[in-house]
Amino acid sequence: MADVNRGNRPLSPHLTVYRPQISSMTSILTRISGTSLILAALLVVWWFLAAAVSAQQFALADGFMTSWLGDLIMTLSAWALWYHALAGLRHLYWDTGRGLEVATAERTGIAIVVLSIALTVATVLVV
Amino acid sequence: MSYMTDRKRAEGHGSAREGTRRHWGMTKSSVALVFLVPAFVFTFGPMIGRPHAEVVAYFAQPFPALVAALMIVVGLVHFKNGIQMVIEDYVHGVFREYTVILTTCLCYGAAAAGLFAIARIAL
Repeated sequence: MADVNRGNRPLSPHLTVYRPQISSMTSILTRISGTSLILAALLVVWWFLAAAVSAQQFALADGFMTSWLGDLIMTLSAWALWYHALAGLRHLYWDTGRGLEVATAERTGIAIVVLSIALTVATVLVV
Repeated sequence: MSYMTDRKRAEGHGSAREGTRRHWGMTKSSVALVFLVPAFVFTFGPMIGRPHAEVVAYFAQPFPALVAALMIVVGLVHFKNGIQMVIEDYVHGVFREYTVILTTCLCYGAAAAGLFAIARIAL
């Protein structure tokens, strides 16, 4: 190694010393919601694959999807999907160099949480 | 004692061009998903719990079939790239490579299965 002191430097205090804030909470929620969406994605693929194969296979997949567990997963996933989409829009807005002031970013942070819950309720009602 | 130079040690760890390329890739898929997500939620959603024949007839139509196919492919490619970022942040050592390979295979596998299913229903 060209750098003999590698791995032996003092580390600056990280997450543990910070009070939870809108910025950090909305950031980690974006990752958690995005990561958890793989479950719904695989269920949806299973559902389509079952529909393509036979009525019996479809009854199995659709039966799981409409069971209480399936309903719970799909409802939580609907929230994850809306939250992640809104957080993505927020990132696209930031990428234009706007909305980065602390006060504005906190307001958009609260806005995406509220909007994502509203959209989830709307989805549950419509779908 | 190693003869590696500082430059050699920095190479391949995300110099300017590679980093922006990944960011641009995520930007492109996210813009597409802004349109695909609502379209998919309100076409696929109401079909959950419907009879098999109705579901098959519905996804044999061009618009719902194309929305579903694009959502599955673009969504899973977006997931593949996103989860790789997450893995590279939190997973270290050789296990990082294993998880990236595993998630990449899972995403392409699921996308292929979804596309096959929709093609079979629609055609």
